[in-house]
Amino acid sequence: MVALIFLPLHRCKMMSSSALRCLARPVAGLLTRRVLAPTSSRLLSDVNDFYKSHKARDVIIRREDDVAECATYPDVDRLEKFGQYVATILPKYVQDVRMTSLNELEILIHPEGVVPVLGMLRDHTNAQFKGLMEITAVDVPSRPYRFELVYCLLSHHYNSRCIVKTYTDELTPVDSVTALFKSADFGEREVWDMFGVFFSGHPDLRRILTDYGFDGHPFRKDFPLTGYTEVRYDNELGRVVYEPVEVAQEFRKFEMDTPWELFPNYREVPQHLLEAAAEKAAQEEGADEKK
Amino acid sequence: MFGIAKRFPCSQLQLGTRCIFRWTAGADLEKAMGPEQDQGYRRDHPLTYDTSETAIPENEIDMSVPQYKCPDERLLTMNFGPQHPAAHGVLRLMLQTKGEQVFAADPHIGLLHRGTEKLIEYKTYTQAMPYFDRLDYVSMMYNEWGFCLAVERLLGIEAPIRAQYIRVLMGEMTRILNHIMAVTTHILDVGATTPFLWLFEEREKMMEFYERVSGARLHAAYFRVGGVSQDLPIGFLDDVYDWMKTFSERLDDVEELVTYNRIWRSRTVGICPITLDNAISWGMSGVMIRGSGGRWDLRKSQPYDAYSLVDFDVPVGRHGDVYDRYMCRMEEMRQSLRIMHQCMNDMPEGDIKIDDAKISPPSRHEMKNSMEALIHQFKFYTQGFQVPPGSTYTVVEAPKGEFGVYLVSDGSSKPYRCKIRPPGFYHLGAMKDVARGFYIADIVAIIGTMDLVFGEVDR
Repeated sequence: MVALIFLPLHRCKMMSSSALRCLARPVAGLLTRRVLAPTSSRLLSDVNDFYKSHKARDVIIRREDDVAECATYPDVDRLEKFGQYVATILPKYVQDVRMTSLNELEILIHPEGVVPVLGMLRDHTNAQFKGLMEITAVDVPSRPYRFELVYCLLSHHYNSRCIVKTYTDELTPVDSVTALFKSADFGEREVWDMFGVFFSGHPDLRRILTDYGFDGHPFRKDFPLTGYTEVRYDNELGRVVYEPVEVAQEFRKFEMDTPWELFPNYREVPQHLLEAAAEKAAQEEGADEKK
Repeated sequence: MFGIAKRFPCSQLQLGTRCIFRWTAGADLEKAMGPEQDQGYRRDHPLTYDTSETAIPENEIDMSVPQYKCPDERLLTMNFGPQHPAAHGVLRLMLQTKGEQVFAADPHIGLLHRGTEKLIEYKTYTQAMPYFDRLDYVSMMYNEWGFCLAVERLLGIEAPIRAQYIRVLMGEMTRILNHIMAVTTHILDVGATTPFLWLFEEREKMMEFYERVSGARLHAAYFRVGGVSQDLPIGFLDDVYDWMKTFSERLDDVEELVTYNRIWRSRTVGICPITLDNAISWGMSGVMIRGSGGRWDLRKSQPYDAYSLVDFDVPVGRHGDVYDRYMCRMEEMRQSLRIMHQCMNDMPEGDIKIDDAKISPPSRHEMKNSMEALIHQFKFYTQGFQVPPGSTYTVVEAPKGEFGVYLVSDGSSKPYRCKIRPPGFYHLGAMKDVARGFYIADIVAIIGTMDLVFGEVDR
C-alpha cells in the first residue's frame, strides 16, 4: 500500500547521489550550448603542458529536461493521498491534515510528536523530506498555546513540499530536531531568539540575531516595534551606552481597516454566540430525551 | 593603545608586552604579571600570548573527526571580522585555531539586524515591498519577486504575461548582477584585482538599466503585486541587447584569466568540499547544492512566472568544492544571458499590471480624469488592499539559493506575519561544519563561495 501512494516520477529520479554520479559522467561536457556566448577556442589554443595536465574541470550542463522537472507542480492528488496516509499511520501525533486552497499540504501535530513525525517524513521511502528549509513561529497571543511552530519541509526526491505545524506556549519546551536536520541548528536558535520558544535537546541554544545581552523576544506581538532600549556612542565615556528608547513623536498606528466585510467566509463568530448556540442545542437534546 | 600609553611609562609598557590584555583592565602592574611575576620578561618569546583566558576547554570543542584531533595543545581564539574586508559585511567569526589551522568556527551574526519581519507587520503589502530590496542588496529585484509571488498566491491572481516576461528578464539581469558580485569579490579576496575591475564596469551598466526601468540604481522597488510598476522605457531592450553582445566577451576574458590560473586553482580546488547529503541536511540551496552535484533548480522543478516558457540549461558541479561552485556561477551567467535573449524575443505586448482596480493603482492620467479612479487611488495608497486569510510558503530560486517567504494573512491589509527565508542564513549555519580543518586563508575562500550578504542573513 505504501509504495503505491508515492510513485516516483521518472523525470524526478534525482538526488540519490550514487545514481546521480552514474548519470553524470556520460553527460559531462556534452551540452555546453551557449547562446550569445561563443565558447572561445582560444582558451585552449596556447595552453602549455601544465594547463593541459590541470585542465579546468567540466561543469556538467544539464539540459532542461534532465534537471528535476515537474510539469504539474504541485501534484495535488499525490500530496493529498500522502497526507491521508500520514494521518493513518501516525494517529497518536497527527491531529489534522489539510490541503490548503493554495495546494499546500499542512500536517498539524501534537508538540510531543515533532521528532517522530519529522523523522518519519524524513526517512520514509515514499516521503524523503530530507530538507528542512525553514523553521518559524507565529505568535497568536489570544490562543492558550500562543506560538504556532511551522516546519517547512522539502523533498528533493519527489519534488514536494509540506508544512508541519505544532503549537506551544512560553514555558513548554519543544523537542529539538537538530538530530534529524542539521539546518535546525540555526533555525531553532532563531525561533528561540525571536519568540522565546525553548527547544530541549538543542546542543547550542543561544541567541543569534539580537545584541549580546539583549532582553526579551522581539517578534512576540506584545513586544513594541520601537523596542525598549537604544544605543549611542558616548564621547565622554568613550563607549557605546544603552538608554531607554526616546522617540520625538508618539508611535502612531493607523487603523485603516475597511468597515466593509470583505471575506464573510472567514467571519469569526463571537464566543458568547457560540456558547448560546451550544446551550440551545443541549436544551433541545435534553427535551428530545424527555420525550 | 593610546590609553595604555598615557597611563604607563614606556618602559613598563615594553616590559609587560605579553600581559597586555590585563593592563587594559586597569590592574596594577604587579597584579597584572600574575603567577609568572618571578619569571619576569622573557626575551626569547616577546610575543607569546597567554591564551588561558580565551582558550576554551577541549571537551567543549567537537573533535569527532579524528584527523583534526589536537588534544595536546591549547587552541587560540581568533576574531575574524566584523571589520575584516573579506567577511563580506558584518560577519564576526570566532575561530579556534592552532597555528594556521581552524578547528572550530562560530559565526556571530545579527550585527545588521533591523527587524524587517516585524516592520513588515506594521505596513501594508505595498509598503512592505521595498523592504525586500534591502535584504539581499545585490540581488534586489529577485527578493521583491519572492514577496510579490507570495502575496499573489494568497490573492489567487497571476501577473499578465508581459509582466511575467519583464520579471524574468529583470530577474536574470539581477542574477548576473549578483554573480558578478559573488565571483569577482571572491577572486579579489583570494588575491586578484583585475576581474573585479573588469566586471564591475559591466555591473555599473546594469545598474543603469535598473535606473531606467525603475528610477533607482539599487533599491529598485520595481515589481508590484500583480505585475511591475511601469512598462519598459522605449529603446530599453535595444540597449540591453547591445550590452549583452559584449558581456559574454567580458566573461570570456575573466575565464581566460582565472579558470586555468594556477594560483586560483590551488586556492579553490578541493577546498570546502560538501557532500550532497550534507548540503541537503544543512538546508542548502542554489549553487551550494548544485555545486555538490544536486540536480535542483526551482526555476525548473517548481517553475514560477514565465520560466516554464523559456529554454535554459542548469550547470551542476561534481566535486562540491569552491572551484566547482565558481564554475557553476560562471556558467549560470551565460545561461542567464540566454534566458534574457529569449525574453526579449518572446515578450508580447500587453498589460504590465493586473487589471484589477482593487489591487493595482490607476494610471496618473486616469486618476486625473475619473472620480472612480481617484477613489481607488486614494484607497490603495492609504488603506492598501485586503488579502484573504491564509498562509503560504512561497519560494523563488534567487541567485543565492532558495529565497522563501512564509506569509500569514488575517484578512486585513497588513501581513499578520511575514517570515523571510534567506538562503545565506542556512549556508552560514554550515560554517562550523565545513570550515573545520582548513586554514585561515581558506576561510576567506569559503565565505566567498557561500556568497553571503548580511542584509539578508541578519534581516
